[in-house]
Amino acid sequence: MTTSNSLVYLIALPLTGAALLLIGGGRTNKWGHLLATALSASSFGVGLYQLAQMLGRTNDARPVSQKLFEWIHVTNFNVDAGLLLDQLSICFVLLITGVGTLIHIYSISYMSHDHDRRRFFAYLNLFIAAMLLLVLGDSYLNLYVGWEGVGLASYLLIGFWNQKPAYATASKKAFVMNRVGDMGLSFAIMIAFATMGTVSFSGVADQAQHTSKAALTAMGIMLLVAAAGKSAQFPLQAWLGDAMAGPTPVSALIHAATMVTAGVYLITRSNFIFDAAPTAQLLVVIVGAITLMFGALIGTAKDDIKKALAASTMSQIGYMILAAGLGPVGYAFAIMHLLTHGFFKAGMFLGAGSVMHGMNDEVNMRKYGALRKFMPITFATFGLGYLAILGVPPFAGFYSKDMIIESAFNAGGTKGIILGSVTLLGAGITAFYMTRVMILTFTGTKRWDEEAHPHESPWLMWLPMGILAIGSVASGYLLSRGNALVNWLHPLFIQHVKHEELLKPIVVSGLALTMVALGVAIAFNKYARQDVANVAPEKVSRITKFVRQDLMQDRFNEAVFMRPGQALTATLVATDELVIDGAVRGVGSIALGSGSALRGVQNGFVRSYAALILIGAVALVAAIWVVVA
Amino acid sequence: MDAGNYLYVSALLFTIGAVGVVLRRNAIVVFMCIELMLNAANLSFVTFSRINGDLNGQVMAFFTMVVAACEVVVGLAIIVTIYRSRRSASVDDANLLKR
Repeated sequence: MTTSNSLVYLIALPLTGAALLLIGGGRTNKWGHLLATALSASSFGVGLYQLAQMLGRTNDARPVSQKLFEWIHVTNFNVDAGLLLDQLSICFVLLITGVGTLIHIYSISYMSHDHDRRRFFAYLNLFIAAMLLLVLGDSYLNLYVGWEGVGLASYLLIGFWNQKPAYATASKKAFVMNRVGDMGLSFAIMIAFATMGTVSFSGVADQAQHTSKAALTAMGIMLLVAAAGKSAQFPLQAWLGDAMAGPTPVSALIHAATMVTAGVYLITRSNFIFDAAPTAQLLVVIVGAITLMFGALIGTAKDDIKKALAASTMSQIGYMILAAGLGPVGYAFAIMHLLTHGFFKAGMFLGAGSVMHGMNDEVNMRKYGALRKFMPITFATFGLGYLAILGVPPFAGFYSKDMIIESAFNAGGTKGIILGSVTLLGAGITAFYMTRVMILTFTGTKRWDEEAHPHESPWLMWLPMGILAIGSVASGYLLSRGNALVNWLHPLFIQHVKHEELLKPIVVSGLALTMVALGVAIAFNKYARQDVANVAPEKVSRITKFVRQDLMQDRFNEAVFMRPGQALTATLVATDELVIDGAVRGVGSIALGSGSALRGVQNGFVRSYAALILIGAVALVAAIWVVVA
Repeated sequence: MDAGNYLYVSALLFTIGAVGVVLRRNAIVVFMCIELMLNAANLSFVTFSRINGDLNGQVMAFFTMVVAACEVVVGLAIIVTIYRSRRSASVDDANLLKR
């Protein structure tokens, strides 16, 4: 395999930035954000250089590796801190550093009024470094370090405004739920080590065929748990909505474009495990299907623009996970949807940030309306993202989402029909809630608060939005032209097994577009042709109430995990107090009690002492007498 | 004459002394009762010396007398001091030890 010495710069540059800004403290306030942006951009430059190098080589010689240092070296267990850049990780590297840099630029303006902007940029750089380590690590253990790093950065950034208790709680919730997934990943690593004796990707890939199916299935399920935690998939999805407490650029970068897609990366990277463990693979598809419906349904009831977009993210990642669970046919499409989604969702989040910027940080869409005239650029970029997520040709989502729907239908048998229908229905609901967001925000009548003075954002903000909008328009076409991405990723996965086509691509596209048109029409009918109340109506059906409460996800977690957990803790505390402390205190009180009982003897009267001595002496003599006689 | 009778007398004297120590309040009387107990012990020693036909018990009696003489000196001094400070020779009045 080709080696390179420059891979480490990808990670080292943003990491240096984070270290400088955090250690430098207030002295770096003036230029900290510029340094962070420049370092992120130079990391993107290194990524482009690597891509150019990679394009110059043949398929087999494309992966590049770099050994950093010997990390763990114990008899037959060796893990080096090593980096691996192959066709899959380069996609992520460019997405992370590219979108990351744009969001750095956006944040310069967005966070300009925040006195803690330097700390924000330090965390952003920390995130970029950790995320790059996640996708560049050449073993599960190296990936795990990055995995924890992005979790930390996410926690710090969600709770960036932790002076508000609700935001601090949201960051804690995200962290705790992520820990559940992290446990899954560490179990998967332990299984790999116990059964295969190695944790590197290449080692595990080689050993997979000699390993028992049970071990592979267990490892696959654990990896799925990990992916579910990080990517907000069912049943660990509840944290993503609350994660919107973070500043909007964070939502765009971490909770839309990059970190939440780490689960998709993990499953795609572990394709050798899932291909050999059909049960685990089936579970992946099921989780993806459930989440894509779950997120789409939640999205229909949200009035908070960021939470609506978060629900949409959850649903779109459901599509990716579903595609990744379809096996070799789906991996490339999962990555393609991930990349296009990175563009249009990040763009829309930045658009939402721009709207909030102009509306005094109001997030309730019922208090928006008619913003098209006041924010034309935001409207245009958001609109392009909207067309992309809907899957209208020739925008990006059309290529990536249709491929997934088509592969789902072609999965074969009843499974194919069920999955295909779910993805189609999801596309329709997506169209409904995204149209709702568009109509509530940009058209209709003004429903603003009195102090709102909407205005277009400065160029530092709309420039990144514009670039991402171009990506939303063109990325799908560019990635699928001549099957570019599929062929690019081809060497990494087991060769395609050609399925019989259940439906022709043109039929699938037709069906998908019909569903989308239906969704748009319903939303149009419900929100554009009637006046929208500026407070959410109370008299709604039970189903609406159910959906508004996020399909009871929090209540479920509370009832199934939190309450029993609290009860368990209370029991343990009680046991501790009664049994352990009880024993300790018991010894004490026995000594104390016997002491105070005997204290009465010490009355200070000489005669009673003398009497006691006499009694003792008599008793002693009597005892000796009894023994001797 | 049977040496056992001396031991009975000794036991009687010791008992009278012990009862006196426990029951009487006057420090001087208590003190005298202690002397009585010591002398009862002396009588026993001497009797055992006679029974065994050696001098060990008699030597022991001399030790007892020496100790008793010392004890009288120290004890009377304490009693006189207590009497000076408390105007009382009752042992029950000197009960500060419990505090």
